[in-house]
Amino acid sequence: MSTAASVAAMKGFSADRIEDLKTAVAEACINAIEHGNRLNQSLSVGVLLSTTDDELEVKVIDDGAGVHATPRTVDIDRKMHGEEDPRGMGMFLIQALVDEAEWHQGPPGKSFVRLVIRLDKENQ
Amino acid sequence: MQVTTKVTERTTSGASGGTVSVLGFTGDISSASKDGILGAYHRLEGAASKILLDFTGVDYINSSGIAIIIQMLLEAGKTGTQSIGIFGLSPHFQKVFTMVGINKYAALHKDEAAALAAL
Repeated sequence: MSTAASVAAMKGFSADRIEDLKTAVAEACINAIEHGNRLNQSLSVGVLLSTTDDELEVKVIDDGAGVHATPRTVDIDRKMHGEEDPRGMGMFLIQALVDEAEWHQGPPGKSFVRLVIRLDKENQ
Repeated sequence: MQVTTKVTERTTSGASGGTVSVLGFTGDISSASKDGILGAYHRLEGAASKILLDFTGVDYINSSGIAIIIQMLLEAGKTGTQSIGIFGLSPHFQKVFTMVGINKYAALHKDEAAALAAL
């Protein structure tokens, strides 16, 4: 998370966008540990950073089968009425906080979530 | 998982003169914070109708941590008599709390003075 934030700062992203990225990467890593690797401490989570002139891409890779679900909008009313689990907001937050979020399924070590933030969004 | 949230409890007076209970959080808030946060809230239950949550000392909150706050708001809603306000969130986490809709059930204030003035 800190490394992604440092790279984003070097690329010129604003403090606000860096906070967005930090939260999105943290949520992706938590999902990878809890759901992908199923809390198996012998498995690793990989975080790959790559950049172009105008974007920063982060891939978070785990040993699970990948995510089948799509991010759902958080229904706070249902949560507040006990009709759905108060948890389960990670994918929503990831998608809401970055410019692009994709979940890829694959064999162990090949499933990943790809997050992208773009510099051209800075002035919008 | 290591617990990294410190929870403090104190009371103060609201603008209308009533007693306000303040739960202050320090550190990170994640799933490991559940017992500490909800335990502190349960110790207040019945004795407090106005509660403020102070996030001034919080560095990081993940979605599981936000779920703990939702759980508290859900329980407060069931009492029918408790109101909870929130202050001290960083601008980023004010945005995140608003994204998930917490502001619909707990007012978000910039600081304690603003929160107390609203009570």
